[in-house]
Amino acid sequence: MKKSLFTLFALMLALSLALAGCSSGGDSGNGGDDEKVDPNNVMIYGRGGDSVALDPAVVTDGESFIVTEQIYEPLVNYGKDNTDIVAGLAKKWNVTDDGLTYTFELEEGVKFHDGEKFNAEAVVKNFERWAKSKDEEKFYYYKSMFGGFEGDEGHVIESIKADGDNKVVFKLKRPQAPFLKNIAMSPFAIASPKSFEGDKLSKEPVGTGPFKFKSWKPNDTIVLEKNADYWVKDLPKLDGVTFKVIKDNSSRLNALTKGEIDLMDGLNPSDMKKVQDNGKLQLFERPSMNVGYLGFNVEKAPFDKKEVRQAISHLIDKQAIIDNFFEGTAEPAKNPMPPSINGYNDSIQGREYDEAKAKELLAKAGVPDGFKMDLWAMPVARPYMPNGQKVAEAIQANLAKVGIEANIVTFEWGTYLEKTRNGEAPVFMLGWTGDNGDADNFLYTLLDKDNIGSNNYSRYANDEVHKLLLEAQSTPDEDARAELYKKAQVIIHEDAPWVPLVHSKPQLAGASKIKGFVPHPTGSQSFADTSFE
Amino acid sequence: MFAYTIRRLATLVPVLLGMTFIVFMMIRAIPGNPAQLILGQQATQEAIEGLTRRLGLDQPWYTQFFAYIKGLFAGDLGVSLKTNVPISEEIWPYLAATMELALVAMIIAIVVGVNAGIVSAWFQNSWFDYTAMVLALIGVSMPIFWLGLMEQYIFSIQLDLLPTTGRDNIRVPVDPITHLYLIDTLIQGRFDQFTEVIRHLILPGIALGTIPMAIIARMTRSSMLEVMRSDYIRTARAKGMKMFWVVYKHSLKNAMIPVVTVIGLQTGLLLGGAILTETIFGWPGIGTYIYDAISFRDYPVIQSGILVVATIFVLINLLVDLLYAAIDPRIKFK
Repeated sequence: MKKSLFTLFALMLALSLALAGCSSGGDSGNGGDDEKVDPNNVMIYGRGGDSVALDPAVVTDGESFIVTEQIYEPLVNYGKDNTDIVAGLAKKWNVTDDGLTYTFELEEGVKFHDGEKFNAEAVVKNFERWAKSKDEEKFYYYKSMFGGFEGDEGHVIESIKADGDNKVVFKLKRPQAPFLKNIAMSPFAIASPKSFEGDKLSKEPVGTGPFKFKSWKPNDTIVLEKNADYWVKDLPKLDGVTFKVIKDNSSRLNALTKGEIDLMDGLNPSDMKKVQDNGKLQLFERPSMNVGYLGFNVEKAPFDKKEVRQAISHLIDKQAIIDNFFEGTAEPAKNPMPPSINGYNDSIQGREYDEAKAKELLAKAGVPDGFKMDLWAMPVARPYMPNGQKVAEAIQANLAKVGIEANIVTFEWGTYLEKTRNGEAPVFMLGWTGDNGDADNFLYTLLDKDNIGSNNYSRYANDEVHKLLLEAQSTPDEDARAELYKKAQVIIHEDAPWVPLVHSKPQLAGASKIKGFVPHPTGSQSFADTSFE
Repeated sequence: MFAYTIRRLATLVPVLLGMTFIVFMMIRAIPGNPAQLILGQQATQEAIEGLTRRLGLDQPWYTQFFAYIKGLFAGDLGVSLKTNVPISEEIWPYLAATMELALVAMIIAIVVGVNAGIVSAWFQNSWFDYTAMVLALIGVSMPIFWLGLMEQYIFSIQLDLLPTTGRDNIRVPVDPITHLYLIDTLIQGRFDQFTEVIRHLILPGIALGTIPMAIIARMTRSSMLEVMRSDYIRTARAKGMKMFWVVYKHSLKNAMIPVVTVIGLQTGLLLGGAILTETIFGWPGIGTYIYDAISFRDYPVIQSGILVVATIFVLINLLVDLLYAAIDPRIKFK
């Protein structure tokens, strides 16, 4: 027996040495770092899941964007903690009065990580790669934000041309007010055209950003190192960023407490106190860019009567839901979009919890003694709703007080979305996380009659709202647009196709030595000016 | 014995085919369209339909199944829907991570479990016996989730002895060659990293090894008790042999057969069942690979991942059967 065991071990060793021989050739490049990296100046970011791919144009998940945001940059950026537009790779831009021509003046002397020059031609090539592909499954966001691909009727971009080395001119077919906000989104960051060959961007990303890609161990770590030639002087301050996957929220916090990681997202609200009590840690709160809501299918009786919808609005105690299921890390919602977005109507009075008022409205609608209904609750935790089932139970209990008997229904997530989209759910819980930080992306996408059968799950159709939203889409002036959206919110509030429930504010925790980190509402931000004390 | 091995290997083919078929039908019975999950909540109906077509999911199930089987015989495990990478290329690092962890877990389980079982049987009904068996009962019923978090809290945070998560020190990462980090660090002569890797293996190894340890201890004890009542043991003791040798030499050898069977089964189970440990300890293993694939409806990964794990499971059991002959010369394979 001893002999056979020995043989087995010898075989295993031989096998692994053989494997080593096969693959060691590819790794030799790693040793040749031109600069010495100080491991103590590398920030380790702990998160719950791995990136899908590192080509921002082809992914839709936040875990990918949080990494690509360090490697690539878009033409214009969002503000540090809001979605206003500031300069990026374009230092200046000019919009004609008709809102149809955008001219961007680019930064000079910027280089991609592979040494290629960043210039107007590179920008054009990036947009052509998306527009000419006509591949909706691959460039999903391109189609959805710019209305299609080259040749499609809905495609908003007429032409993109380089004007010399440092100017790019976009001509639009019709005005698109959120155009700059769209351009600022992570998927439309500029990659080195040389890297398009062979379609390797997903695994070997090349951009102009503050950090360069070094290595990726799937489901474990993604290592980025400082871009020493970064075009912004004195940035980045860190020598590198490593993204580490630790699935479980509690053990991620354990790793942070032990100092194995420096920053983490996905903090359990119930662990907030632990972080506050620990002198070596600090809390960060991400401003909300989402809304969790209770939607009504306005085509189904009795929810076709707005009094019934308003009555139910008066039966939901939002603050109690926030205290019990969000541990206070959310704010009550009164509009379909969060306050961080330009055009939010703060003068609207949210409907308070009021049983008497609800009974009065039900009597007006002809159902004074209540009715039976199905209440659909999502089966999975979402950023805007950590526990749909429990919140549904709380709503159920309140509805019972006026004789409305709610039966909680749920399906597997994919099926849930499909059935709700098809209008099968009379009353349902759902939510939305904004894409580009524009009011259009909430109000038009979720409540315009054009989007029934798509993201308008309530099947809400109001011609006046429709008119306002379309007008806002073609108004280039930001203040004038904001007024239009405020008007639309007044009508939506009166019609109550939803009960807006909450805007959640995700919590992050980090070592107290971290400085200059500001969580962005979109969910991903550059770590260029983050540093250690 | 050679002919026996070949025969056993040949029977693997229908077993694995049958299992592939069951898995194939099961994952298609779970509701949820992969195209919808890949494209997300924002996706339009046309996009979903287009992707469904491209993935071949609009084909009848038998067409899909035979296409998959055909690929398997050509050595093609399929392409992950999520990452677009061939599974045969991406599966090894995950498998290596789990194998390393399972190996350590089994070493802990076998060394502690077998010895606890032996001593319990030797001093039957003593305080040691009672304590060990109560601990074993607790061990079998312990939720790994809780155990793992407790280990982290006590040994990492309170006592500051061991790291909480991961396979290596994230600040000084291991350059993978074989993806078995114990071997990689040795090949590279990085003994500092080698000790780091061992330190990272201890807590998850214990968490994962607890249940098999308890099962092995109980099995060893009952098997030993049976053997120690037999005549040849009484003879050995009568001739004045030291009790230690009676137990560890004469009894153990005959008591090992059922224990080895249990060890084999448990090793196989650890490969697929390490999910909870992997989740808690940030371990990039095969369990989380398949689990993620299930929540993503990544059909090829679920299928091929389970197939690979099942193949290893069956091979380990074959190895165990062959080991019987090595342990007990009375057993002959025909």
